[in-house]
Amino acid sequence: MTKNMLELQNVHKRFDDREVLHGVSLTLAPNEVVCLLGSSGSGKSTLLRCINLLERIESGDIIFREQSLLDERIDVDLVRRHIGIVFQAFNLFPHLSVLDNITLGPLRARGRAKSEVLDEAYELLERIGLKSRAGDFPDQLSGGQQQRVAIARALAMRPDVLLLDEVTSALDPTLVGEVLDLLTDLARQGTTMLIATHEMQFARDVAHRVALLDEGRLVEVAPAADFFDRPQQAATIDFLSRVPKTQ
Amino acid sequence: MVLAVVAWVLWAAPGGKAVREFFLSPTHAWRSFIGDPAEGLSAIWRGFLTNIWMFVVCEILVLVFGLLIAVVRLSSSPILTPLRLLSVVYTDFFRGIPIILVLFIVGYGLPGMSLGWISMQSPAVYACIALTLTYSAYVAEVYRAGINAVPTNQVVASRALGLRQGATLRYVVLPQAIRNVIPPLLNDFISLQKDTALVSTLGIVDATQAAHIFSSQSFNFAGYTVASLLFLLLTIPMTRLTDRLIARDRSRRLAYLS
Ligand SMILES: Nc1ncnc2c1ncn2[C@@H]1O[C@H](COP(=O)(O)OP(=O)(O)OP(=O)(O)O)[C@@H](O)[C@H]1O
Ligand SMILES: [Mg+2]
Repeated sequence: MTKNMLELQNVHKRFDDREVLHGVSLTLAPNEVVCLLGSSGSGKSTLLRCINLLERIESGDIIFREQSLLDERIDVDLVRRHIGIVFQAFNLFPHLSVLDNITLGPLRARGRAKSEVLDEAYELLERIGLKSRAGDFPDQLSGGQQQRVAIARALAMRPDVLLLDEVTSALDPTLVGEVLDLLTDLARQGTTMLIATHEMQFARDVAHRVALLDEGRLVEVAPAADFFDRPQQAATIDFLSRVPKTQ
Repeated sequence: MVLAVVAWVLWAAPGGKAVREFFLSPTHAWRSFIGDPAEGLSAIWRGFLTNIWMFVVCEILVLVFGLLIAVVRLSSSPILTPLRLLSVVYTDFFRGIPIILVLFIVGYGLPGMSLGWISMQSPAVYACIALTLTYSAYVAEVYRAGINAVPTNQVVASRALGLRQGATLRYVVLPQAIRNVIPPLLNDFISLQKDTALVSTLGIVDATQAAHIFSSQSFNFAGYTVASLLFLLLTIPMTRLTDRLIARDRSRRLAYLS
């Protein structure tokens, strides 16, 4: 049995009096891609933020590489360096060039040598097809290009897991493809990813497993083909009936 | 336009000739500018050098001290709570009292308290302390507004990368905050440049004081005109620069919106 990269055990999360995650359990194996579906407000972003320790959970446990992240002795900043997250709104640093956005983490969080970091950054830029834009600033790029840089920025930390929160939702429809293509490449290269998304076709094509979050509960987790073609739960069938068909 | 009206009034109004003689006489102006040691007249230009060095020294101190106060005030660490309270009291206090009172309290109070070397400094040192104390409070508030204007998602993005709080402040928050506050900072510096004239109340012979001595000895006000012109020489370029930066900022924001 392969050891899990990440394991959520009965995670509960409350904002003030309102519980938004009601005991979520999910595993993520090394090299696995899991897509997290769910209508707006179901708690996808909250779940990803909890894993990255940007939110504190009320009960349950998050096990990352066999270690509980709720352990008091754990260094939160150290954990975050191993768990990358990319946001819907890119959140690039506007005062830094594309290159500096990518190198900031490795240089200032990991304290790695500059020459090595630069080489890697140029490699990443090559991979996202933006090598010629290294010196540009984020506001000189299109939304799709910015999101690709944001993904490269997360990758530059060489995370063990990459969390992606609806990374195409803020994009012009014509730009969605280039970002999904990049994610597809990453999946082929074996990047471990948990992807919150509304892109059904992408989930079917790329995910190993698909999970549906419904009002803070994981109602169904299944291999992609099963999930779309043989849904077991009423909530899944209902959810799939409300979104465009995939094949 | 306004200048033209003023010039016309000076020329045409009854008594205009007297005003011209009092304020604009070239010979008096020149004499006040270069001074006359034989008659105990300090040169205004020399006094103005005092204004300049004080302003430069205070400006540097204020930039550093104000930033420190702002960062402490916005820190969230529980260990800093006493310092945080202190910074709130500090800014309220020094923004609330007239700067001239601070000058008196520091300039006459400290020497009067026989506190060893603290009470043995020159008036110039006390003047700098007083100006720095007051202006640090103003500038701390400017910094604080600038830091608060940096969107939280920037902090989240930085922390999510694993940058610690200090690194986030240094590499992500402050560079953006300082860019935002350069125009208001320059505005405060213009005020500071002018307020160096107040140090004359501690008996320091700056340009204002030199002009004042000249006028009381020669019964002519041309010295005031000279001192004013010197201040304008310093503040007008600064004002223009500030306006340019504000305009550039606005056009950048508009470009971003469109
Ligand atoms: N900081 C917060 N404070 C209070 N409530 C919050 C906060 N963040 C999220 N919520 C609530 O938690 C619930 C889940 O929100 P979340 O953003 O995780 O949903 P989502 O599945 O990501 O939705 P979307 O598809 O619109 O991004 C929502 O009801 C939301 O109002
Ligand atoms: Mg969301």
